[in-house]
Amino acid sequence: MDFILSHILSLMTFLPLVGMVIVALIPSRYPQYIRYFSVLVSGLVFLLSLVMYAYFDRDSTDLQFVEHFVWIRGFNIEYFMGVDGLNVSLVILTALISLIACIASLGIEKKVKGYFAMFLLLMTGMMGTFVALDLFLFYIFWEVMLLPMYFLIGIWGGPRKEYAAIKFFLYTLFGSVLMLVGIIALYYNSEPTTLVDGTAASHTFNIMKLTTENDFSSKAPLFGISFAKLVFVLFFIGFAIKIPMFPFHTWLPDAHVEAPTPISVILAGILLKMGIYGILRINYQILPEATQWAAPVVAVFGVINIVYAAFVCMAQEDLKKLIAYSSVSHMGFSLLAMSSFSEPGISGAVLQLFTHGVISPMLFLIAGVIYDRAHHRDINKFGGLAHIMPEYSAFTGLAFMASLGLPGLAGFIAEVLCFIGAFSAFKLMTVIAATSVVITAAYYLWTMQRVFLGPKNPRYEGYPDLNLRERFTLYPLALIIVILGVYPMIILDIINPTIFRLINTLR
Amino acid sequence: MENLLLLIPLLPLLGAIINGTAGYFIQKRFGGKTNGIIATASISFSFLIALYLFFRLLGMEAENRAIILNLYSWISAKTLEVGFELVMDPLSAVMILVVSGVGSLIHLYSIGYMHTDKSQWRYFAYLNLFAFSMLVLVMADNLLLMFVGWEGVGLCSYLLIGFWYQDSDKATAGMKAFITNRVGDFGFLLGLFFLIWGLKNAGADISVVSLSYQALAESADKLSGIEFSGIALLTIVGLLFFVGATGKSAQIPLYVWLPDAMAGPTPVSALIHAATMVTAGVYMIARLNFIYVLSPTALTVVALVGAATALYAATMGFAQTDIKKVLAYSTISQLGFMFAAVGSAAFASGIFHLMTHAFFKACLFLGAGSVIHAMSGEQDIRKMGNLKKRIPVTFYTFLVASLAIAGVPGLSGFFSKDEILYRSFMSAQGFAGIWGYIVFGLLLLAALCTAFYMFRLVFITFYGEEVRSDESVIHHIHESPKSMTSVLIVLAVLSVLGGYIGLPEIFGVHSAFEGFLATVFEKSGSALNLPSSHSAEWIIMFLSTVVAASGIFAAYQIYYKNGYEGARNIRERIKTVHYIVENKYFIDEIYNLIVIEPVKILSYLLSLFDKYVIDGLVNLCGKITVIFANLDGLIDKYVVDGAVNLTAQGIKFAGERMRGLQTGRIQDYVYIMVTGGFLGLVLIRIINYFAGN
Repeated sequence: MDFILSHILSLMTFLPLVGMVIVALIPSRYPQYIRYFSVLVSGLVFLLSLVMYAYFDRDSTDLQFVEHFVWIRGFNIEYFMGVDGLNVSLVILTALISLIACIASLGIEKKVKGYFAMFLLLMTGMMGTFVALDLFLFYIFWEVMLLPMYFLIGIWGGPRKEYAAIKFFLYTLFGSVLMLVGIIALYYNSEPTTLVDGTAASHTFNIMKLTTENDFSSKAPLFGISFAKLVFVLFFIGFAIKIPMFPFHTWLPDAHVEAPTPISVILAGILLKMGIYGILRINYQILPEATQWAAPVVAVFGVINIVYAAFVCMAQEDLKKLIAYSSVSHMGFSLLAMSSFSEPGISGAVLQLFTHGVISPMLFLIAGVIYDRAHHRDINKFGGLAHIMPEYSAFTGLAFMASLGLPGLAGFIAEVLCFIGAFSAFKLMTVIAATSVVITAAYYLWTMQRVFLGPKNPRYEGYPDLNLRERFTLYPLALIIVILGVYPMIILDIINPTIFRLINTLR
Repeated sequence: MENLLLLIPLLPLLGAIINGTAGYFIQKRFGGKTNGIIATASISFSFLIALYLFFRLLGMEAENRAIILNLYSWISAKTLEVGFELVMDPLSAVMILVVSGVGSLIHLYSIGYMHTDKSQWRYFAYLNLFAFSMLVLVMADNLLLMFVGWEGVGLCSYLLIGFWYQDSDKATAGMKAFITNRVGDFGFLLGLFFLIWGLKNAGADISVVSLSYQALAESADKLSGIEFSGIALLTIVGLLFFVGATGKSAQIPLYVWLPDAMAGPTPVSALIHAATMVTAGVYMIARLNFIYVLSPTALTVVALVGAATALYAATMGFAQTDIKKVLAYSTISQLGFMFAAVGSAAFASGIFHLMTHAFFKACLFLGAGSVIHAMSGEQDIRKMGNLKKRIPVTFYTFLVASLAIAGVPGLSGFFSKDEILYRSFMSAQGFAGIWGYIVFGLLLLAALCTAFYMFRLVFITFYGEEVRSDESVIHHIHESPKSMTSVLIVLAVLSVLGGYIGLPEIFGVHSAFEGFLATVFEKSGSALNLPSSHSAEWIIMFLSTVVAASGIFAAYQIYYKNGYEGARNIRERIKTVHYIVENKYFIDEIYNLIVIEPVKILSYLLSLFDKYVIDGLVNLCGKITVIFANLDGLIDKYVVDGAVNLTAQGIKFAGERMRGLQTGRIQDYVYIMVTGGFLGLVLIRIINYFAGN
């Protein structure tokens, strides 16, 4: 047990990689073994995340479950992992959503071996990105995640999969190149320090040391622009693409529409969270002055995300595209709220990552259920499905209500915290953002109306209601959504202390 | 004792969960009646517990009459600490009793009314869920938890309006209700944000905002000096919360959803869209009385909007021919009376009318349900008539409730309405000034209209020569089963007696109702210091009696003999006006034109913008990159590769030339070697010379 606890982050990160190797060794003629083995691996990772949750010290603001040693001495690169309030909830989310997506992947029939190998590699990349605290390590995981995602969309996707995959890949790569420049700039401008084993180092990639031992705001300007602001922008654009933030969001609808359901689930549930997490972890911690300088602009983009995407949602005819745009809208809440530097705001922004991280996967699973049966997702061509698939309709209703922020469900808590926090800093912008309360309700209910209500459409007669696999994915998410709405402290408790500390440094 | 508090909302929730998950199988195995019994039992037990706690509450000392159950910390973010807390103080006690009491009756009635429906399990699950949400709304001890109930009832309303969702129109009505309510919620939320901001940031020095009523009441004074853009913060907060109330409680300008909400089953209309949910806005303002009394402006706006709605909606009752629509407009109008009351700082009177209205309007709606039941689903009053003899229990209970709503002396509606008229009149002599008189005038006119449209309905439906309908329908007319009529009788009795707990002071008694609520509103009385006048109250009582009598008399004159046809001459004479009123002043069409269509168009344009401009730019970047890559390719092919080829050719050329040097004679080679070596040395020298500098 001690071993598990002291290496829990590495275990969670690399267990899938080991799994991938084993999957590669299982002959392709046993797809069933490959499927269940992958579920077993992601299940184990999820169990480990629960162990971590149980042992996480809720009162501490320090890093926990730290693993830290020198990796590549020549470049002062360390193997440094740890969790605090900023990422602990996201690690749990990653484990949970990966498991759900893995179960949802049981329906994949094409090139099963390749699919699950890629899927497990993706898990390693995602988990590593969230727990790495060395910029170099972070960057490696960030890139590791990109490749399997490209193949998962490009091979197992829909009709325009190549276009979507390349767009996703190039767009993210563009962002990560900017990020890489930022990382190198930070490295070469960092003060001399010591590595974890005590040896002296002229520079460092250690995020914590970059935060505590360096003041980049006093560095000499580059090309006449403040160094800290320049680096802020480099990182910010890299992360903004991932969020995705207007106007860098158009890869998302394409990627979602073409990606197979489980990959959409991963994309919306986990990948989008990396943008906000990265900003909080790197921009906010390492570059606090530049963060304050940029906050009003970031807030404006947050509002644009919220309102603009909500309007665009209303005009969508493809169910999946609608849900994709609703993700854009909902990530705007985090952008807006985190710019306020208030306790409710940043707590809300981080909680929003988690709540959106369970609600949007449920929405994509729902879109997948109907696509599996009807082989199209055109909202206008449905109608009266509530008669034919009552259980499915009930879960859709729940997910829609959660997403539109119905109090008592998870989404509301995060949204209201975001709004309350944002309002203390940006009055007018919050008022504009709050109009989304109406627009969101309108597009979801209108969709509900067109797909589920009204007279029975004979074309869809005889469609089976949810099957066992779909239930296994939808029930847990629904349960979590309700529980979080009633008792959000499960998550708020573990994120709050770190966030209050972070706010103190920002002020 | 506190823990019992939790059971009150929990029991209906349990019922909802049972019916929601296992209800389908229960209905299949044991019949829908079992679903109904489960639901009714759960809410009835809630009522009994509430009753028990109510008596415990009465036994407490008046100053600290409140049972509070603090369950756990719900939302916490350092400066914001919102608990999951339930409270039963006099105000919520009244609401709990009304909700669970009238709720139980309507659940019971539903068993009979819905007995042929195929998805009774769903119906009762929703109805129980509604009861749960409504109880959370009135029992919450803080604004945010109240909002949970507030939206929860909205959801149930949506589900129940669209209960027969096979009919697209009904589903649309549900959607309209929800979205319109969301517009109100937008206001509510902004009110909340301003309030929190005021408490935390604007100098009120509250380090941790809990939003509990107790804490808010204590800190309201600190907010009174704060301004935002030159307007008092409390006025902004008060008005924004009122925007929320206009949505939920169907006031101008957000009332439009309520008439459409009649698409739901009739007991739902009685419970949600008459007796309980729609009164939530009134409850909320009464609950936040400590904020409103500090902003006379907000109070006056509330009163004016309420009074205007009371009259406006009453006029629409003149031209409706659907029995439920008449009652729907009547509900909007009566809610207007309640808002006028709370807007006149007469919070207890507003709640009093809320209660009596719950009795008589539930009775009217359920009576209408019984009529519709008897008429095989017919709702058009032009096809009814002379039902008095055929369904006597329904008729007499309906008549009693109509007399009550019309304000005939001695019945509950008389006392509560009279109280409102009197208080609004007195507010004119206090903070409201001239506006108070306007409110009073509007209300008096509305009272006249109320008596008229109610008896128009009574005379057309129950009197006249014969039923104006098909033979098959007439043949089938029958009184409703006991489970339904007994509910009607109970409600009719309450409609008569309900007023006697709140007799006015001029009768020489102290109003028990007002006395009970006094602790909740103690601040409001002193803050505004309104005068009282016995002579004014006598005069107003007389006036309101005259008004009720004239309304009923006018309706008798026109409709008693010939029913709907009796008004033909009048209709001909005011054709245009009638046309406009009949079409509800075309407000729906106007909203559609100025709100819904522009929003749709905007969303469509933005989606095009996204597709062609934003994504277009992205693709353009991609294309430009590709073009550059091609250009690069060309350069590679012709310039770089060309240079490479050129070099090759040059060497070939040079080789051909050089061939001449290969003479085979040793002297020539030595000569070339020496010359070459010398030239090489010179070259190195030259290079060193420049490099050195």
